[in-house]
Order: sequence, then structure tokens, then C-alpha cells
Amino acid sequence: MSEAVLSLRGVTKRFGGLIAVNTIDFQVRPGQVVGLIGPNGSGKSTTLNLISGALPLTEGEIHLRGSTISGLRADKIARRGISRTFQLVRLLPSMTVEQNIIAGAVFGHRRRWGAEARQEAARLVERVGLVGKGNMAVGQLTYIDTKRVELARALASDPTVLLLDEWLAGLNPTELQVGIDLIHSLRDEGRTIVLVEHVMDAIRSLCDYCVVMSSGAKIAEGTPSQVLSDPEVIRAYLGDDDA
Amino acid sequence: MIAGKELQGVIVATILLLIAGALPYYGSDYLLSLGITIAMFTVLATSWALFSGPTHYISLATAAFFGLGTYTAGLGIETLPFWVLIGLAGVLGAGLAALVGLATLRLSGVYFVIFTLGLAELVRQVITWGQNMTGQKGLYVLTDFTEANLYQMLVALGAAVFLVGWLINRSRLGFALRIIGDDETVAAHSGINTALAKVLLFMVSGAVAAMTGAILAPRYVYIEPALAFTPLLSFQVVIMALLGGVHRLWGPIVGVIPFTIILETISANFPNQVTLFIGIVFLVIVYFIPRGFAGLIEQMRDWSRSREGLT
Repeated sequence: MSEAVLSLRGVTKRFGGLIAVNTIDFQVRPGQVVGLIGPNGSGKSTTLNLISGALPLTEGEIHLRGSTISGLRADKIARRGISRTFQLVRLLPSMTVEQNIIAGAVFGHRRRWGAEARQEAARLVERVGLVGKGNMAVGQLTYIDTKRVELARALASDPTVLLLDEWLAGLNPTELQVGIDLIHSLRDEGRTIVLVEHVMDAIRSLCDYCVVMSSGAKIAEGTPSQVLSDPEVIRAYLGDDDA
Repeated sequence: MIAGKELQGVIVATILLLIAGALPYYGSDYLLSLGITIAMFTVLATSWALFSGPTHYISLATAAFFGLGTYTAGLGIETLPFWVLIGLAGVLGAGLAALVGLATLRLSGVYFVIFTLGLAELVRQVITWGQNMTGQKGLYVLTDFTEANLYQMLVALGAAVFLVGWLINRSRLGFALRIIGDDETVAAHSGINTALAKVLLFMVSGAVAAMTGAILAPRYVYIEPALAFTPLLSFQVVIMALLGGVHRLWGPIVGVIPFTIILETISANFPNQVTLFIGIVFLVIVYFIPRGFAGLIEQMRDWSRSREGLT
């Protein structure tokens, strides 16, 4: 097996007395789509925030291609090659769709400026399905289109690892299929992705590997079918009676 | 590459600058004196907006930088050439801004406002204390400069501020600042060193305010802390910039000119109502023109364009 791109060792986050993430270990290999799943409040999003540098770690280490990124500021981590979307979509309200995407292309892992950045943005507008909407204000967009802009912004720096925090949440059934297909196409491109997700269909069709968390700890890992039939995972989701 | 529309803007700006710069050759003494005030506030408000416009950090530290510059000129006037003092004031202003920025720009919103307000007071108190220790009262700044000389220095500084602002707006730094103003979290996760970007712009703004203070020192002739560090200056700059509009480089100046003329008229005829006037202007901005005159002008332009489109 090839060398891990991203690896977490003993990653822990404490908020005062609360242990939100408890000595988590896992590895992501090149081209893999890893799903971080678990019930609400199990520490999935916090783990993502620790990887992207939105929150500092209490203990443990995170490595990207062999170099330590834990302890760095978010902007440095982004420059090393990790980009992300947010649980609640965050766009730049004063800018157009195209400018939002350019914002991701100028300062990150791969840096472009001027005509080159605009070209890349135009390519991404097409790539994520926003054709003809490049000059729109972000306030005019539908919900799924705001998600597309955020995805395009994250892709604009050509990241080594892409983090998606519930990117599919809140979509209606039709949009959901479109969304899954879009992520699938990224996977086919060979992108390395870590996603936090609740939608089971998406997990089954997208993930090569899943890490299941409950109350901050890792309780299972493996392929989606393995972990979803694991009795401890079922207990975590549904309670003791149904296990 | 400069696009046609931008080239037009540059030509118009240059012509206006030349007309403004030539004021001493055709204007009366009264106009020149008014011109100095307008030039001073244009420089201060424009450089203030360079930083506060995109980031939305309201700085009340203008008086601190201005006073620092005034005192730099006052203390060095006997020993160093005046142009060296202006440069030195710029360096000191940038240095003070860097210190303040590193300490406070991690704080957001209201904490930053309070800190910058306190800063001007702090510097003033330190200088007052220094004067008490040495037994000095104030400083005399005696030079051969005429009003016209000082005015033209201010106009030149103003031209430099517009040039720097224009360059920044076109640069990655300007783009980074706009992203920071929209969403600082997104900025950081896009790879922007947010603290550095903010400190750099704050330094530009601090340096310009200090240089303005240095240029104006000879006009005051006698300077003392209460004059050089008056907190009213910081508030006036904020209000004029907001009145003009901080989202455009040319915004502050369309606020400064009417505000200064009306303020001069009021302080000449009703000296006790000056603060009232400033208060009313502030209310008008908040309630009726949140994007300033620049926003109104743009709105009217869009409106007339859409009407042309209909006919």
C-alpha cells in the first residue's frame, strides 16, 4: 500500500473538562475518500477543525505528506495543501461567484493571480456546474449553488487533501443526487477527500474507508459495509435495544 | 495593463490634482486656509479608509499618529531638515502602528475601537508627563514655510496616498483585505496571513497620519499635547470618511469637502454648535446613507443608466 498523505496520531481536543476528541488515529492514502461518521456531537466536525487548523490541538500530531502540520496556523495549513468547506456555508457576500472562487486560488497551496487565476475560476465555474452564473452576486444563488461556490473555492488552490464538512446536508432529494454525483466525479479525478457526512447513501457510494466516532472516540474503522454492520456502530447510532 | 475606464480615471484624477495643487496661484488667503484644512482631512480620511474600509475595523488612533508626527517635527526642527522629519514621522508612525497592530488586531470589533481611542490618550499623557519632568511647557516650531508651501506639501502627500491606495487595490494585499473584511475565517483557510495583512495596512495608515502631523506642525507655530493629540480629530476623520463612503478610494474626499466647508461656516458663526453638527452628521450617515455619498452617487448613476436603457 502507498504511503499515507494525511495521518492523525493520538489527536485529542479538550474544551475545559469536556473531551471532544479523544486520542484519534487514522490515515488517509492518496486518492482515497475517507468518511468521518458518527452520531451528532461525536466530535467529527471538531476533528475536521483540528486538521484544518480552525482549532488548536490539545495533544497528538497531524502529518501531511510526512511533515507535521499540527500547531500551525490555519493559513499555513492551507498553504501546505489542505482546503475545506464549512458546515454552515461561508461565502464572501460582497463579491461575485467568480471572485469568491478566485479568493481560493490566490493565497493557498497553488497560487495564481490575474489572468491565470481568472482562467482557473472560469474552469471551476464549469466544473462544479455554475455555468453562466460567474458574474452573479452570491446573495442571488440557490442553496445548492452556494455549496457549489464553496466547493469551487476549496478546489481553486488544487489542494492535496480536501475536507468537506457535511457538504451534502440540507439538500433536497434531487439536489442530493446531483451533489453525490459531483463529489463522485472529484473522486474519479483522483482527489484525496475527507468528508464528514450523515447521509448514508452518500457514505456507501462515495467512501473507500470510514472512521466511526462516538463521544469523541474512534469506535470502528473499515469499508462502509464493514463498519455499518458493526454491532458497536449500530449501538452508537440506535441505542442498546436495537443492537 | 490599464483598461480604458481606469485610464480615464487616472487622467481625471491628475487634472483635479493639478487644479487643487495650483490653488495658491489663483485663490484668496481664505480659500488657501480652507484648502489646507480640506487637504489635511482628505489625506487623513483617505488613508484611514485604506485600512478601515475593507477590514471594517474602526480606528480612533488617528490623533495618536498625527500628534506623534507633530511632535517629531517639533522636537527635530532645530537639528534636521524638514523633509527628513516628515520621513522620520512616517517611519515612527508605521512603527507605532505595527506595535499597536500586533497587540490588538487579534482583538476584534469593539475592543479594537476602545484600544485605539485609549492609545491617543496614552501617548498624550506620556508626553505631558515628559514635559512636566523636564519643566518644558510646549514647543515652538518656527520655520520660513508659507501657508502655500504647507498646502502643496499636503497635496503632494495626498497624491501619494491616492497612488498607494490605487496600487494596493489592484494588488493581492488589497484583495486579501477585502476577503478579510467579508469573512476572516474564510480568509485564514484560504491561506491568507490575516494578522500580517491587517498590520501592513494599518502601518500605511499610521505613517500617513504621522506625516500629515509633521507637515502641519509649522502651521501651529506653538504645539502642546492637548492640541496635537486632540481626540476630536480622530472622530472627525472617521465621520468624514464614512460620510464620503469608504468602499471607494475617491469616497472620503466627497465627504471631506462639504463637511469641512459647512463645519468652517458653523464654527465661524455658531462656535458652540460644532459638536452638535458632528453628531447630526453621524446620525444622518447611520440612518440614511450607510454607504456614504459615494454610495449615493453610484446609486444615482445606476438609476440613470437603467432609465436610459428603458427609453
